[in-house]
Amino acid sequence: MSLKTKILKFINFKNFWIHFTLILVSLISIFPFIWLLSTSLKGNSENIFAYPPTIIPKEFTFANYVGVWHKVDLMRYFINSMIVAGGTVLLNLILSSLAGYPLARMEFKGKKIAFFAILATIMIPFQAIMLPVYLITLKLHLVDTVNDTMGFIGLIMPFAVSAFGIFLMRQAFLAIPREMEEAAIVDGCNVFQVFWKVLLPMVKPSLAVLAIFTFIGSWGEFLWPSIVLTKEAMYTLPVGVNNLQGMFSSNWRYIAAGSIISTIPIIIFFLAMQKYFISGENEGAVKG
Amino acid sequence: MFKYYGKIAPYLFLLPAGIVLLIFFFIPFFQTIGLSFFDYSNSIYQPNFSGIQNYINILHNPIFYKVMLNTIIYLVVAVPILAILPLFLAVLINQKIKGITLYKILIYLPVIVSIVVAAIAFKWLYAEQGILNYLLSLLHIKSIGWLTDPKYAIYSVIIVTIWKGIGYYMMIYLAALMSVPKELYEACEIDGAGFLRKHLTVTIPHIMPTIALVTTISSISAMKIFAEIYVMTKGGPLNSTKTIVYYIYEKAFENLDLGYASAMAVILLVIVMIFSLINICCFEKNKYQI
Repeated sequence: MSLKTKILKFINFKNFWIHFTLILVSLISIFPFIWLLSTSLKGNSENIFAYPPTIIPKEFTFANYVGVWHKVDLMRYFINSMIVAGGTVLLNLILSSLAGYPLARMEFKGKKIAFFAILATIMIPFQAIMLPVYLITLKLHLVDTVNDTMGFIGLIMPFAVSAFGIFLMRQAFLAIPREMEEAAIVDGCNVFQVFWKVLLPMVKPSLAVLAIFTFIGSWGEFLWPSIVLTKEAMYTLPVGVNNLQGMFSSNWRYIAAGSIISTIPIIIFFLAMQKYFISGENEGAVKG
Repeated sequence: MFKYYGKIAPYLFLLPAGIVLLIFFFIPFFQTIGLSFFDYSNSIYQPNFSGIQNYINILHNPIFYKVMLNTIIYLVVAVPILAILPLFLAVLINQKIKGITLYKILIYLPVIVSIVVAAIAFKWLYAEQGILNYLLSLLHIKSIGWLTDPKYAIYSVIIVTIWKGIGYYMMIYLAALMSVPKELYEACEIDGAGFLRKHLTVTIPHIMPTIALVTTISSISAMKIFAEIYVMTKGGPLNSTKTIVYYIYEKAFENLDLGYASAMAVILLVIVMIFSLINICCFEKNKYQI
């Protein structure tokens, strides 16, 4: 068999074009990060605008990472992001499951009104109401000019609960057989014990989904923190990373190094939780 | 079933979420509408009631039309691509071939990474002497001002939005594809249908609702674009990348023209609500049944 027929045979191989397309799209998906990574590892004497561009640095160095780490308090931004995302997740879990329970399981006056009022918030984009939200946050003194704690509360509260979360939890409660509650009541539980001891442990998978997607959303949030934050020490990672552009105007090595550092935590989180994202079972609970 | 909960328990459970939604959703919602009837342009401390003057001003402002045009470009370019390309990829990835998990991880990566980092990465690709212009020079094309030429800037920003959305919509499609009955494909194969025919006759009709869903969700998120613009172009050059949300942000927090910004926000509200209603009533009905 000549080489030409071998190659032709390989291209005709059933899945060749599928792999070819998927590899191409995968490369496009990661290339912007690869190029950023490459730039961040290039030394000062290497021209980062060189034609032709080089992906593998000629003068390989970690100096940009050390430099940006010393000049910018990235650790602080990371901690701030953890506090905000952690607080947002915790409140979403509590408030959504509390509200989802009566909507799934109880009959009461005004249920329909509550149901449609919550549904209506899905239609209200935060971007359209952000100005009054800001004015209210100011009125309630939930800003970093008062103190750091108030600043964090102000960052968290507008996202403390969402209709998506409430409906997700409601669906989860709906799927539990009623006998569970009846048995618990017969055993002498009151309604709060039923919720806390019987129902909540049974909806753990939905709580996990809610926690993970709320975390991702909160971690990447940029608009709201860039409106309310005034102190650099309060910056979350997205705001801090955007600020790198101003600090190092055209020092792309530093900007690239800072961006890469800021991305590491979320990539680790993603890889650890990948089954939640790419199993294809949790779609629809995501993204506002 | 017997009623084991008292009269007030349901309200107690709803109260915490209710308070948050009241303070941070419902009050701001009505306040947005209220503010839009006041004139703040002289002083932000002493607004005057001005009726629908803000709306009239908006309609007389050429920037408003530029912003709406940009939004329409966004919808017309980004939405069809985001409805079709991820579907195509989902069909490919839904086969039993090696390396699927790795492909999924890599293609989903842009969804996870902060939009700010993504925008910075692209700004670097788009640099005047950047790698994209180098690739153009290989094709003997003169370098382009990706973000600095008013002709191209909006498309450069749209590319980032598309790039960041593909993995997300691909997973939505993949979930839908998993629910297509396998027997239908088998029947097709027995009839001797090829790859293309199989998907045109079985896949597409089956996931039509998902295609519609992706179209409305991606339209809604296209109208809420902000971070890409803020990080890469600040709405420039010559307003060529100014979107509705960026315009509201600028009017509210830079020009402090709260009334004008609110009137603009009401316009955004109306548009998004129409799309959301279509979405809730037609495509996600079962999720929201009382």
